[in-house]
Amino acid sequence: MSSTGMATDERIRKTSRLRTALVRPELGAIVGVIAVFLFFIVFAGDSGMFNPQGVLNWSTVSAQFVIIAVGACMLMIAGEFDLSVGSMIGFAGMSIAIMSVTLGWPVWMAILLTFVLCVSIGALTGTIVVRTGLPSFIVSLAFLFILRGFTIFFPQVIERRTIIGGISSAAEGDWLAPLFGGKLGAPFFSWLAEMNIIATYSRGSRMGEPMVSGIPMLIVWALVLVVIAHIVLTRTKFGNWVFASGGDAQAARYVGVPVARVKILMFMFTAFCATVFATCQVMEFGSAGADRGLLKEFEAIIAVVIGGALLTGGFGSVIGAALGAIIFGVVQQGLFFAGVESSLFRVFLGVILLFAVILNTYIRRIITGER
Amino acid sequence: MSDVIHAPILEMQGIEKHFGPVIALNGVSFDVRPGECHCLLGDNGAGKSTFIKTMSGVHKPTKGTILFEGKSMSFDSPRDAMTAGIATVYQDLAMIPLMSVTRNFWMGREPVRRVGPFRFMDFKTANSVTMEEMAKMGINLRSPDQAVGTLSGGERQTVAIARAVYFGAKVLILDEPTSALGVRQTANVLSTIDKVRKTGIAVVFITHNVRHALAVGDRFTVLNRGKTLGTAQRGQITPEELQDMMAGGQEMVALESSLGGTV
Repeated sequence: MSSTGMATDERIRKTSRLRTALVRPELGAIVGVIAVFLFFIVFAGDSGMFNPQGVLNWSTVSAQFVIIAVGACMLMIAGEFDLSVGSMIGFAGMSIAIMSVTLGWPVWMAILLTFVLCVSIGALTGTIVVRTGLPSFIVSLAFLFILRGFTIFFPQVIERRTIIGGISSAAEGDWLAPLFGGKLGAPFFSWLAEMNIIATYSRGSRMGEPMVSGIPMLIVWALVLVVIAHIVLTRTKFGNWVFASGGDAQAARYVGVPVARVKILMFMFTAFCATVFATCQVMEFGSAGADRGLLKEFEAIIAVVIGGALLTGGFGSVIGAALGAIIFGVVQQGLFFAGVESSLFRVFLGVILLFAVILNTYIRRIITGER
Repeated sequence: MSDVIHAPILEMQGIEKHFGPVIALNGVSFDVRPGECHCLLGDNGAGKSTFIKTMSGVHKPTKGTILFEGKSMSFDSPRDAMTAGIATVYQDLAMIPLMSVTRNFWMGREPVRRVGPFRFMDFKTANSVTMEEMAKMGINLRSPDQAVGTLSGGERQTVAIARAVYFGAKVLILDEPTSALGVRQTANVLSTIDKVRKTGIAVVFITHNVRHALAVGDRFTVLNRGKTLGTAQRGQITPEELQDMMAGGQEMVALESSLGGTV
């Protein structure tokens, strides 16, 4: 309670700058990232994890997690879940493969149509959630099965198999495909190799080429999505509506926030992110498989929660979610570099999840005054 | 009330509201003038909530007319009523505790700043206006970034009132703003009501606490079982009389004598 009219309240302790800087939703994730890097510098420092190829390896995997975590984060802050993200990844990849390889359509058309299709499915999920008032948990769970079912059904019926390859050759010379499967800064990396700053292949058909030939578009997409989502969320009117819709939909409606529109748009954005992930993956592998993206929805949600978002909505940070995704990627690849049995990945993740969430809950109580 | 008698800004005449077989309101008449605080008293179940929801556009009356600034009005939604200048501060739905004071204050009406083709929320303006408006109500915020959840119940009510006033409310409906508050916080909210009234806004103050009503009210209307039991001017009625009217008379007298004073 304030002492009305007084400039200071003797019962509010002055908070130090350090404390103000520390008390932020991302703190759990920041601490987690530092802990994870320290761990691997100690246990895998000389394994090649931190040379250019190693860095490229874990940052690519992290970027995959980041892309889906950004979508899941925005949606979670708006107060909803999407459990169909993993199935959507498989579905989108298969859609591109069927359109471009089986039907022989140009790859750019396959990509664009897949985006339209998947974002529409996101809109449908959102509309059902908003109209029926059912928990998004249930509605998106239904789509988890529906989309995965179609992802297995179509290639089996059309091609009699569950993996469709040949996308790389179909994508050759396509104008849109490099936006997802290409690499950025190739001349720069060649120059680095010439200067002997980075390693080159010493044998084989690619002898003389740099081992790291550019930054994969996947990483570029991850960075762009994080920056845009962070700015939209924290700096715009729409961002305020996202927080309000998740914080208390009824209170938001009372002051005229279009809650239904905000939530549907966030479902569409989540679907968009899943499709970006799928397109990058398909362009990189040159094939689409019916089992792609399995369990990705949970990995995205875990990254978001490590990043400090509240499961029930209204609170969270895109930066935090991205850091959570980096923890995921680094641990997954780092255990491989450290030569540890990969099943320990899950143990490690469980422990980090638990610690980060405990720390986040504590921080959130300080920020929001929850008791 | 001031010496100048204004015409009522909001007049509710013979309002009836039925929910199926239940008659929640059975001919309630009520009006409020600019610069006055009109208290609406009633025990639980008297129809207070239904009545204010009719006033604020949530419910449509089954019968009766609503005159706003002398014209007959029919609100389709709370948003409609808000645009006309009727703002309601609900006890629990006022604020989102997870969000900052500024974000709450401007929710739904965020100020925007253009940078090239992009439009950003203008936090500089938003923060300074929020601090200023809160200071006018006598609350000095530590920071406009602090979450509403860190404020006390009385301060939250005050943010909601300040918001309604800033966005041009002509009629401010307060739904039991003091019922969950401590003594000191109640005093603060009551003094805020007094400040608001003095700026010429019509205040409808819903409460079941006679002492809170008498502290700031100019007129008092008692609702009981969906009907108005009458309206009294300040000074024409004692707390005991009000209390009796609210509770429905004789039983309460017996109860109070056993409890030793006005409840």
